[in-house]
Amino acid sequence: MKPPIFEYASPSTVAEAVSLLASRNGNAKVISGGQSLMPMLAFRLAAPELLVDLKYLKDLGAIRIGEDGVRLGAKVRWCDIESDARLAVGHPLLAEAIKHVAHYQIRNRGTVGGSVAHADPSAEMPGIAMTCDARMTIVGSAGTRVEAAADFFTGPLQTSLEPDEILTEVHLPAWPVTRRWAFLEFARRKGDFAMAGVALHYDLDSGGRITDAHVGAIGVADRPIRLTEVEAVLNGSQMSDKLIAAASAKARQSIDPPSDIHAPGAYRAALVATLLRRGLKKSAA
Amino acid sequence: MQVDFNLNGQPVSADVEPRTTLADCVRDHFGQTGTHLACEHGVCGACTVLVNGEAVRSCLLLAVQVQDDKVVTIEGLSGDELTPLQAAFRKHHALQCGFCTPGFITTAHALLSHEPEADEDRIRDVLSGNLCRCSGYIPIIEAVLEARSSYRDPGSK
Amino acid sequence: MKVVNSYIGRPMERVEDLRMVRGRGTYVADVNRPNQLYAVILRSSIAHGIIKSIDSSEALALAGVHRVLTAKDLGNEVPLIPLRLQPLPQLEPFHQPVLADKKVRYVGEPIAVVIADSAALAEDALERIALDIDPLPAVATRAQAEAKRSVLFEDHGSNVAITWKAFLGNADEAFKTADYVRRETFRVQRHAAMFMEPRGFVAEWDEAAGKLTVWGAAKTAWYNRRTLAAQLGLEVEAVDLIEVDVGGGFGSRGEFYPEDYLIPAAARIVGRPVKWTEDRREHIMSANHARDVECEVEFAVTRDGRFIGLRGQIWSDIGAYIRTNGSVGPRNVAQYMSGPYCMEHIDLKSSMLTTNKTPCGTYRGPGRYETDFIRERMIDLAAQDLKIDRVELRRRNLVADAQMPYTLASITPYDSSTELDSGDYHAVFDRCLKEFGWEERSKLRGQSIDGYYHGLAVGSFIEGGAAGPKEEVRLVLETDGALSVYMGSSSVGQGLETIMAQIAADAMEISYDKITILHGSTSYVKDGYGAYHSRSTVMGGSAILIGAEKLKELIRNTAAQRFGCKPEDVVIDGEQVSVGGNHLAFAGLSETPLEVEAAFFNKKYTWAYGTQAAHVAVDPGTGHVKVIDVMSVEDVGRMINPLTLHGQAIGSIVQGLGGAFLEHLVYDDEGQLLTGSFADYLLPTASDFPSIRSITVELKPCPNNPLGAKGAGEGGLIPIGGLMANAVADALSHLNVQPMELPLSPPRIWQLVEEAEAARAKA
Repeated sequence: MKPPIFEYASPSTVAEAVSLLASRNGNAKVISGGQSLMPMLAFRLAAPELLVDLKYLKDLGAIRIGEDGVRLGAKVRWCDIESDARLAVGHPLLAEAIKHVAHYQIRNRGTVGGSVAHADPSAEMPGIAMTCDARMTIVGSAGTRVEAAADFFTGPLQTSLEPDEILTEVHLPAWPVTRRWAFLEFARRKGDFAMAGVALHYDLDSGGRITDAHVGAIGVADRPIRLTEVEAVLNGSQMSDKLIAAASAKARQSIDPPSDIHAPGAYRAALVATLLRRGLKKSAA
Repeated sequence: MQVDFNLNGQPVSADVEPRTTLADCVRDHFGQTGTHLACEHGVCGACTVLVNGEAVRSCLLLAVQVQDDKVVTIEGLSGDELTPLQAAFRKHHALQCGFCTPGFITTAHALLSHEPEADEDRIRDVLSGNLCRCSGYIPIIEAVLEARSSYRDPGSK
Repeated sequence: MKVVNSYIGRPMERVEDLRMVRGRGTYVADVNRPNQLYAVILRSSIAHGIIKSIDSSEALALAGVHRVLTAKDLGNEVPLIPLRLQPLPQLEPFHQPVLADKKVRYVGEPIAVVIADSAALAEDALERIALDIDPLPAVATRAQAEAKRSVLFEDHGSNVAITWKAFLGNADEAFKTADYVRRETFRVQRHAAMFMEPRGFVAEWDEAAGKLTVWGAAKTAWYNRRTLAAQLGLEVEAVDLIEVDVGGGFGSRGEFYPEDYLIPAAARIVGRPVKWTEDRREHIMSANHARDVECEVEFAVTRDGRFIGLRGQIWSDIGAYIRTNGSVGPRNVAQYMSGPYCMEHIDLKSSMLTTNKTPCGTYRGPGRYETDFIRERMIDLAAQDLKIDRVELRRRNLVADAQMPYTLASITPYDSSTELDSGDYHAVFDRCLKEFGWEERSKLRGQSIDGYYHGLAVGSFIEGGAAGPKEEVRLVLETDGALSVYMGSSSVGQGLETIMAQIAADAMEISYDKITILHGSTSYVKDGYGAYHSRSTVMGGSAILIGAEKLKELIRNTAAQRFGCKPEDVVIDGEQVSVGGNHLAFAGLSETPLEVEAAFFNKKYTWAYGTQAAHVAVDPGTGHVKVIDVMSVEDVGRMINPLTLHGQAIGSIVQGLGGAFLEHLVYDDEGQLLTGSFADYLLPTASDFPSIRSITVELKPCPNNPLGAKGAGEGGLIPIGGLMANAVADALSHLNVQPMELPLSPPRIWQLVEEAEAARAKA
């Protein structure tokens, strides 16, 4: 499983990197951690002419936490998130979700930007981006743009990134300390892609009712999704076993997961309902 | 394409195709065959090496990507005498066919170097990224638990 | 002074480890020959079809690509791979050609060999070979096979290659009058040995000497050498197969595969050494698959819980060709279904179905894993129906020590009969329950704790070992007093070098450190057999004992000449010879090394046996099964090295758990292999099964070999499938969930729960 032939460049600035990507008319690819791209090259599922390594690009590896939320540079690695103690309070949902990503060696290399740009429908980071309504900063030949997650993920392993564009930052909105949340996924083995996963957060208004519910699911569609119908069930109500049951039933009805060799669609739908039920219970505890 | 890096304490240089993985580079260009290839798609961990002190899968790295980096393979972690970690593997019969062993030892060394207080759950968690078909893992965990003391006392590595 | 060594039985640290923990092992991928080229195999991506044309011109145009070999380059007739075991003439139509010739029959079948300056270049060339294959309908299920959607071997006319019959007593008569008969259908999924080191060969042809050397041998080097020599038209002595370090075998590596011929043939054709190592993707589609079994069986029992017998039909999906040992698993499913229990009436037919899938061969405990799943499930079902405690039901029927030797079912054609040799099955059964804490844990049965339902199971098993017919050794006392032992046994990671040194040290009364074990290469002994069916300790070890006696005799004769006395007057004590008051050390006894050859012959299988118990907890919401504890107790007759034996037991159990829960080679209805990498073929990891305990005992030595040992190392996994399925059924007994199929994947468990709940709601 040797990769096909390609050229390699390691520019020093984002502008240079963009320029290199633009020069190859869609036949160049960004490499950073390489944990998703390298297996594809090994299986010859991708055959770019040129790899543009972000190795020397400065400033893309920082985790910035401020009043406007958590800004993750595209080169932030899973081990960086794991070791950043601020996130336990700064964004506990992110911290919890990332615990489930892959394995030790991969976590030393795999990046936020890489995962989001790769857009695997079962991956945790795209799931968090979608659930939290993250905003992506993207730099290309046409300049810099910012895009909401809902517009960014366009299909299975597909995003709105143009061939000459690089994702430079994922910005998660501000996280109030009082926010309720849960992340649950079920995988065959630790570190595997989830068969399904649920990420959720909501706030409570002065009457103790749920407000601004965000409920996301991974592994059940061709991209990470928000369960908007479930959010509608939750918003305005007080948490109760009855509400949880209703939300869970709504989740099961509102999705139509594909079947594959690992699980039939019906299983995944039931799994989401189960994980949602357990997650909501956990969030209220 | 030329790449210059540090391999097991020595500055080295290789002229490789960009598509050459770090695994193939250390094995074929530098004859360090202790790093093994069991899957070449980043799942089994047999190819684990250290880059700048961190455990990584060398089949998922291009050789050209380690320009100016410090690479350590199982050979760089071995000497005339067995290290306490290696001796622990032997004592606990933590290997049978030995093919996954360099990957496990390199990974365990990285873990214990950074986290000498790692508990059994943490050790199991980290080593779940390395596949072994012979041992059933239990002897490996025992070996790594025993080796911890040598990482807590910095003089005895 | 007489030295009595006692290395046998000691948990010696392994001598192999000294190189392996430092990355200094030499596996075949580490072997390089001057001027070598690299081979890559073009494999079919179509499951069934007629090859119309292969156009390699674009591939050959690539710089660095030297040759592309296809069937037409291999002579008038493409060599076929013979059957090493059960080589019946009626199975000849199913021998695999070393390269697809006119037809392809499975995804992964070799079609061409590309030889280039590097593996990467050869892979580039693969993409440029234009293959024109006319697809034929694929046969991927039993229904398709029986309906003859296609027939793989047109001349044979059906997709049933052969049907074996296992029989004992008179099942039809016995079933007529049985108080209780239950009939069920079971399925075990296709999975495989999946050893960590991919296969490989380095082959070198020395034109001047007319000699072929091949590195990468394992398991059955002497048989493979004879086969290869015949296929290449060479004398056997012109071929040397060399075994280097081997990264696991589990019954699968080392059998004669197409590449065992292709790489040496390529070396001869291009006149330069050729190196080939497979990658994981091709390993998954080309190394033997195993265990793909469906079974309809009836179990007859008396009202008071005495097993009467088993009757039924087994279908093994053996893939596109019959492999060198492809009949072993299907035969074993039928012949050994009764296991360690008394059953006088067996009538089991085992049919081998050819399908457009990777061919199957043995994988650790071949047929035994599958058959134990079937039998142990039936026992628990019978216990439920008859309202007899399942522990008591088993105890009532285990073969007793006083009944040994106990005759098992015979099988035909290629007739074979066997009998259980010795054992106290009841003692081991009780010991297991005690160590496991069965009484105490029983309180948890059916309880729901933190959302998980708890269940227990127990099961007993037999493990056959020590296949004959013989094994050879050559012992050489070197001039410096060291001992070199050359063996026909093969190392596949089981610690051969250490275990055999222990046996030799005790037998020769020589210090363990002075002994070197050299194994597996055909230049070492004339006629070796290898490592399979857990035979190395018994066969190789016994040969060493015999060789040691011969060497001691030679030492006495040599000393007698030196001292001018009779050999009977020479005493061997502590690495020296003594006559009267005169001593002479082994080092310096002779100017040239003293060498003997010896062989141990054996026709009787040994039968290690044991009992396992398990505790699981099941989450019906996700279908997840937590394996809380597994306790295994096995009697191996005599332990040579408890450390390595224990290691094999744990490793084997974890393999069994992989088969019970995770591993599955999945095909679609067109014969496409859907599980193509480790992302989809799931192996157990360190976090999956943390709690496994194994105890090995030496209760009943084997009466049939000088060591008293029974072949062991496969046993751990044998009962696991049945054990886990029974434990899950026990945990979910409130719903009467009854798993009849492996693996026990989360979606399958969930499905069973859904169906059970729906049934309950209807009732």
